[in-house]
Amino acid sequence: MAVVYEKTKLLTDKPLHYCPGCTHGIIHRLVAEAIDELGVQERTIGIAPVGCAVFAYDYFNCDMMEAAHGRAPAVATGCKRVNPNNIVFTYQGDGDLASIGAAEITHAATRGENITVIFVNNAIYGMTGGQMAPTTLPGQVTTTSPYGRDPALCGYPIRVSEMLATLDGSAYIARVSVHDVKHIMDAKKCIRKAFETQIAGKGFSLVEVLSSCPTNWGMTPKEALKWLEANMIPQYPLGVKKEVE
Amino acid sequence: MAKLTIARETCKGCGLCADVCPRQLLALSKEINSRGYHPIDITDQDKCIGCAFCARMCPDAVITVEK
Repeated sequence: MAVVYEKTKLLTDKPLHYCPGCTHGIIHRLVAEAIDELGVQERTIGIAPVGCAVFAYDYFNCDMMEAAHGRAPAVATGCKRVNPNNIVFTYQGDGDLASIGAAEITHAATRGENITVIFVNNAIYGMTGGQMAPTTLPGQVTTTSPYGRDPALCGYPIRVSEMLATLDGSAYIARVSVHDVKHIMDAKKCIRKAFETQIAGKGFSLVEVLSSCPTNWGMTPKEALKWLEANMIPQYPLGVKKEVE
Repeated sequence: MAKLTIARETCKGCGLCADVCPRQLLALSKEINSRGYHPIDITDQDKCIGCAFCARMCPDAVITVEK
């Protein structure tokens, strides 16, 4: 018998601390598989964020660092510039990247830093208990928007991928989802492409992954993925937003 | 025939694998693992076609598929 599918060696054996059905685990695996397939494990440095993925350094079998809230792109900039041969990625949630880290990500992109950013967008603050995030959908109920997000009061959600794609420094920007197997396969291709963009020295690459938060959305894992497909994808259209040849 | 191996101790029983199985061969076990979850079980190993949809969907990478 031949192995059709097994856990990649780029993930450690430590059990993930994420809630049951949280898609962080899927995204971790896709990133790990991409690094494994490209054979760059020995020179890869990952930067963990603050948020649910704060312990990502325990799960990836490559060098990892932990950054202050939102500052992963700044730390990644240092790791890359000190030794441009390093393959550097950050793994950030929407609270980390789009709120407190909005300046860092925008300037890293506009400087064209040759790093890869994995941006996990689940439209809510997960770790802190389900507060409204910059990416929360209009009308979405969170602990700090109990009557639903009111754009007149709180503004509109930020489409990070489209925003960063307008900057001259960005080289590859894509938005993907992991709500079913087909989209997981597509997400894997885009994440791999982002790393290839960095290896080729083309500049800043980012993959935004639409993700679920069953616990803070108050749904079962299955319901959460259906809600993602029905509500998040219309707000955050999937696809490659920018690709520099 | 394909063979499914499930790491029962790290499975959290979210059931996402069961939803994507084209033959509906996966169901939560009645047993409880040491972390308090009902792990997933394959109900009929002989009918598994080894498509690995379950393994690709699993957030905790607990499924190994051989064919």
